[in-house]
Amino acid sequence: MREIRYVDALNEALREEMGRDKNIFLIGEDIGPLGGTFGVSRGLYDKFEKKRVRQTPISESAIIGTAVGAAMTGLRPIAEIMYIDFITTAMDQVVNQAAKLSFMSGGQFKLPLVIRTQEGSGTREAAQHTQSLEAWFVHTPGLKIAVPSTPYDAKGLLKTSIRDEGPVIFIEHKFLYDKRGGVPEEEYLIPLGKAEIKTKGNDLTVVATSLMVYKVLEVAEEISNEINIEVIDPRTLVPLDIETILKSVEKTGKLLVVHEACTRGGIGAEIVREVAEKAFDYLDAPPRVLGGLNTPIPYSSSLESICVPQKEDIIRAVREITK
Amino acid sequence: MKSKLSKEKLINMLRLMYKIRYFEKKAKEFYTQRLITGALHSYVGEEVIAVGTCVNLKKDDYVVSTHRGHGHCIAKGGDVKRMLAEIMGKKTGYSRGRGGSMHLFDKEIGFLGGNGVVGAGLPISLGAAFSAKYRNSNQVAVCFFGEGASTQGTFHESLNIAGLWKLPLIFICENNLYAVTTPVSENVSIPNVGDRACAYGIPGKTINGQDVLKVYETVYEAVQRARNNQGPSLIECKTYRYNPHCMVIKETRPEKEIKRWKEKDPIIHFEKKLLKEKVITSNDSEKMKIEIEKEIEEAEAFANKSSYPDVESFKKEISVF
Repeated sequence: MREIRYVDALNEALREEMGRDKNIFLIGEDIGPLGGTFGVSRGLYDKFEKKRVRQTPISESAIIGTAVGAAMTGLRPIAEIMYIDFITTAMDQVVNQAAKLSFMSGGQFKLPLVIRTQEGSGTREAAQHTQSLEAWFVHTPGLKIAVPSTPYDAKGLLKTSIRDEGPVIFIEHKFLYDKRGGVPEEEYLIPLGKAEIKTKGNDLTVVATSLMVYKVLEVAEEISNEINIEVIDPRTLVPLDIETILKSVEKTGKLLVVHEACTRGGIGAEIVREVAEKAFDYLDAPPRVLGGLNTPIPYSSSLESICVPQKEDIIRAVREITK
Repeated sequence: MKSKLSKEKLINMLRLMYKIRYFEKKAKEFYTQRLITGALHSYVGEEVIAVGTCVNLKKDDYVVSTHRGHGHCIAKGGDVKRMLAEIMGKKTGYSRGRGGSMHLFDKEIGFLGGNGVVGAGLPISLGAAFSAKYRNSNQVAVCFFGEGASTQGTFHESLNIAGLWKLPLIFICENNLYAVTTPVSENVSIPNVGDRACAYGIPGKTINGQDVLKVYETVYEAVQRARNNQGPSLIECKTYRYNPHCMVIKETRPEKEIKRWKEKDPIIHFEKKLLKEKVITSNDSEKMKIEIEKEIEEAEAFANKSSYPDVESFKKEISVF
């Protein structure tokens, strides 16, 4: 299988879906000639009619609102919010409008729209460009949330999200765009709500999301002689494939969730709740979440990296939980 | 460019205005009887704006409404049966009891819903107008909002983009002089919201929102512009609501002021005009009122006998969340 970058996998998904359905259009800041700040829509402005790659002023509420209104009236918008941090200025449109209007209209209107954005730290951009805010949207009924970690997942999940009838928040990570991985030439789709078991193991279940999947896989590889880890990437947080996680925990008896978002109120807490409620009798150790520190991400290089789980933190947590 | 109004159209306008007023009267009555128990914002006093605007629209044109949206829905051609049922939380309502008074939707007539968040409809109306332009459908979108919404950031974002992309969109600011209880003088930094249009390179007008023909003519021109690809317009209609903001907020406005506005009631004024110009006779008028009353009574019977949404199907519906 050919290997391509995550950013190119996303680009292919957009290109293919836009080619398939003329009602699909892109809307966002700097997505025209530049192709988006992270290059996800590169080349699409030249390939498609101008109206289909709608570059906007810096007006996040209007970007999401336009997507909402367009989705209600027959189009399939894909909005890009440059940094997930900036979605805060459009929270009403996301939380009160996109997530609810289908429900509030008694199902008369569907909202087939995707909001693509990216999160994560490590770029020395300080606390307003580095957050991982996925849990906010998990807490809003009416939204689906995809957090693909590999180029394969990025393409397959984006295509499915575009075809989905409900709003999907599609969260990328700024350090994933250059990751390479196998992506078939032929078309494929990945259903929302289907986790992937990345490596099989019997000693410990580690659920990891987004960039943390790579760090956890490295750890699992490094200590494979010592501890046999089963790594699971849920790939979407809503719907969450809790069955796959429960099944794994029933086998290993131990659970660690690793994510970059701060630990308090994060998706890890939700996964631990599910496991505690549904697989308590299988647990041989307290389930644990290794997330980011409860702090705004600091600017200085000497501080930034200690705020989110690093390999050594993961190794330590794995050892503690399995000792 | 003015449209010559046919007799039928004039009578229809009067009928729609009375229909809104009678509907609102019934809703208020139901509220006091506890048959309606939720949020309720009366449109009485402002009927002229919805009617003068919507009679310019085609069935497939879009309307984005507000929390005070009953009048918009009726003027766009909404079904009072399903409206009343929805406001009572019944399963025969427009949204099967999921939305209520502030959230009336009717896909069949391009009615994209009221909204519980002041100013939230503005960006959504961009999407409807963008969609019409994208599909080359020659539809237009109308966005109703109050002067209270004109102070939200979404107003700026939306007018800027509408002007920039020349969207087929008509912004109708219903300036009823109070944002809940805060007078416009403490809300808006200039006398006329309509004057803000120049900042976005679009035409703006401030008109007497109690004069249905004035509203009709002004919106007519704006709709023509929108259909001819000449872009959006902002129309501010000065108006007045006869009731407090909603049923649970007490009246704070000066009694004299309320009395003064009620004395020049726009519906009665328009009816007198039609009588004087012999467009209708007093017989026609009485007959019309009886017909509307009957229609509202039918809606009442329909809503009353409808059942509440069942919990089981609701639970099934939400399992996808």
